[in-house]
Amino acid sequence: MGNDPIDTQLSSSYKYGFSIDIEADTFPPGLNEEIVAALSAKKKEPEWLLQWRLKAFRHWQTMTEPTWAHVEHPPIDYQAISYYSSPKDTDGPKSLDEVDPKLLETFEKLGVPLHEREALAGVRKVAVDAVVDSVSVATTFRKELEEAGVIFMPISEAVHAHPELVKKYLGSVVPIYDNFFAALNCAVFSDGTFVYVPKGVRCPMELSTYFRINEAMTGQFERTLIVVEDEAYVSYLEGCTAPMRDENQLHAAVVELVAEGSGEIKYSTVQNWFPGDEEGKGGIYNFVTKRGICKGNRSKISWTQVETGSAITWKYPSVILKGDDTVGEFYSIAVTNNRQQADTGTKMIHLGRNTTSTIISKGIAAGRSDQSYRGLVSMGRKASNARNYTQCDSLLIGKECGAHTFPYVDVKNSSAQLEHEATTSKVSDDQVFYLRQRGLSEEDAVQLIVNGFCKDVFRQLPMEFAVEAQKLLEVSLEGSVG
Amino acid sequence: MLEIKNLHASVNGSPILRGIDLTVNKGEVHAIMGPNGAGKSTLSKVLAGSPEYEVTEGSVKLDGEDLLEMEAEERAAAGVFMGFQYPIEVPGVANSYFLRKAVNAQRKTRGEPEASSVEILRAMKKAMAFLEMDAGFRNRPVNVGFSGGEKKRNEILQLLMLNPKLALLDETDSGLDIDALRVVAKGVNSLRDPEHAFVVVTHYQRLLDYIVPDVVHVLVDGRIVHSGPRELALWLEEHGYGAIKAGDAGDAPRLEA
Ligand SMILES: Nc1ncnc2c1ncn2[C@@H]1O[C@H](COP(=O)(O)OP(=O)(O)OP(=O)(O)O)[C@@H](O)[C@H]1O
Ligand SMILES: [Mg+2]
Repeated sequence: MGNDPIDTQLSSSYKYGFSIDIEADTFPPGLNEEIVAALSAKKKEPEWLLQWRLKAFRHWQTMTEPTWAHVEHPPIDYQAISYYSSPKDTDGPKSLDEVDPKLLETFEKLGVPLHEREALAGVRKVAVDAVVDSVSVATTFRKELEEAGVIFMPISEAVHAHPELVKKYLGSVVPIYDNFFAALNCAVFSDGTFVYVPKGVRCPMELSTYFRINEAMTGQFERTLIVVEDEAYVSYLEGCTAPMRDENQLHAAVVELVAEGSGEIKYSTVQNWFPGDEEGKGGIYNFVTKRGICKGNRSKISWTQVETGSAITWKYPSVILKGDDTVGEFYSIAVTNNRQQADTGTKMIHLGRNTTSTIISKGIAAGRSDQSYRGLVSMGRKASNARNYTQCDSLLIGKECGAHTFPYVDVKNSSAQLEHEATTSKVSDDQVFYLRQRGLSEEDAVQLIVNGFCKDVFRQLPMEFAVEAQKLLEVSLEGSVG
Repeated sequence: MLEIKNLHASVNGSPILRGIDLTVNKGEVHAIMGPNGAGKSTLSKVLAGSPEYEVTEGSVKLDGEDLLEMEAEERAAAGVFMGFQYPIEVPGVANSYFLRKAVNAQRKTRGEPEASSVEILRAMKKAMAFLEMDAGFRNRPVNVGFSGGEKKRNEILQLLMLNPKLALLDETDSGLDIDALRVVAKGVNSLRDPEHAFVVVTHYQRLLDYIVPDVVHVLVDGRIVHSGPRELALWLEEHGYGAIKAGDAGDAPRLEA
């Protein structure tokens, strides 16, 4: 452990046990209008937001869970979930000694710094202290961001600090009626991130939730809203490559991106939630709605994602290309192993003229996992000269996994151009033998093949993220051969 | 260096190698010739540790160690290299990256320190210049879209970079134009010294003008049926395999006992 001040601080904090002020209440399980109102009151939300939540809740009650995704799971009992619980209130382990050794092993492999391991493993109380470091780092960044005029704060804070912006944009991309999980999120969203980049500003750094480990426990129903004005740019990194310990089985986040004028948003995600054990038990269900709108002419939105976690993933980051000459991109790597199921893809909705979208999807299935790519490219009547390029590649490792591709196309303008390429390949025995003959172990050989397969997407990730993502892939596919 | 005794191997229960005996000493070059389907590639792959084949009988020793007990990657690290008749494509993986991985994987297995990227790149540039390969091949994905001859040349690049004790070259000459043949031979010959040994599988005696073998073996139906000096290859070119296959080598040059 050494003399790292954080470590010292961590171990010394054990002596004092847990202070009472970090204990907080939890709502009883169940969902009704009182719960929604209480949640809003707890956060001291303005009336308009309360009404908005209630409207969403009432609508949600009329909806049914979608069943068309190519995934299977036992029914979710929405009345059995508690919709408010203080982050520190979870029955987290008291120290790393109590944390699942497998999780620790993974941290080791990923090279997660020691003081972060505890925060990620959800070691209670300790997490708060350990994050002191991150908080101070975050504060330094905040100052620099403020000077640039960039707003980067929890959305619960933004509701109070910048009500006009939140009111204007919240629900403007993913309306409360959008889908079952989005409506649920609108009704009960816990917290999340708000980013605003004013006109002409290039955000001076990559924004990352990483600096907000303490707030990452906002968990289940996260809400993210990112707005860039004309000529503004931001690159946002969501998530962390280390697996998060999480008690919540159901996650239904909503992410909304708005690019005004010629603004540009680059949104990168690495998602590595607990996928469940080899039989798929205990994993997280990730039902997330992510959508961006390119409102202004020449604006651009780019989604890049590396998905290795969760038992079930249901996720289609989309772009509405409303302005003329706008650009939408989707680069995705999805890895499933053991019993994981993933149904992901994207929607590119071309409304403006000369709009361009690019979709590169790389799916890797191993073990007995199953994954689907589901993509929609729609070109509206006014979308003259719209172009789309789609490339969907699947790589199978072993004989018991499956990959499916469901491309949907809806074209209402005859000048539209679409190009679609799809391949399914296997990690062949010949390839593995060739690489082993040159000295690589069987696992390294598969790794190299997988990395090569994913290269087009890795290239899109910010450098350090790409390195972490590669490591993550290695860990996720461990034991998938032989 | 290499000692093969009564080696039998089969695939899905059907025997392909039916009792191979072959001894290759340090510094020697052995050529293996034989008709299509005789088992030449199978022999190389079995020696290299391909899991495709099951060894049913016999033994193989490399410098006294039991080769058959080792995994393919352990054999590679122990100094066995196989040049593939059909080199495999690895999309998205740059040639240079692959070589760095391979060199360092072998070093690691042998307990040697890893080479730096700079060292490897330098060696690679040198080897590529020697093999008259365009620098563009450094960053191209391994063998993807390479012409047949380019793939073979790339195998020799790997050979030079990995510097094995024993190289099994399976039809490295097929598909090569005359200039490429000369370059490939130059690559192989540059490693020839008293420490290295080669087993060269070929259909054409012309390769042996460039890579002059100490011994030529004829492999038929999974057995070595005849061995002779370099001149045997010339004789085979003239007479074909018919007589030898029928068990009558006649005046075919043979090794003095
Ligand atoms: N994996 C396999 N499955 C089935 N049969 C195989 C397999 N590998 C080799 N064989 C068979 O074994 C025999 C020997 O094949 P091998 O490739 O070793 O021949 P070769 O001597 O290299 O021929 P060539 O000169 O055409 O390259 C052939 O009949 C071939 O069809
Ligand atoms: Mg052959």
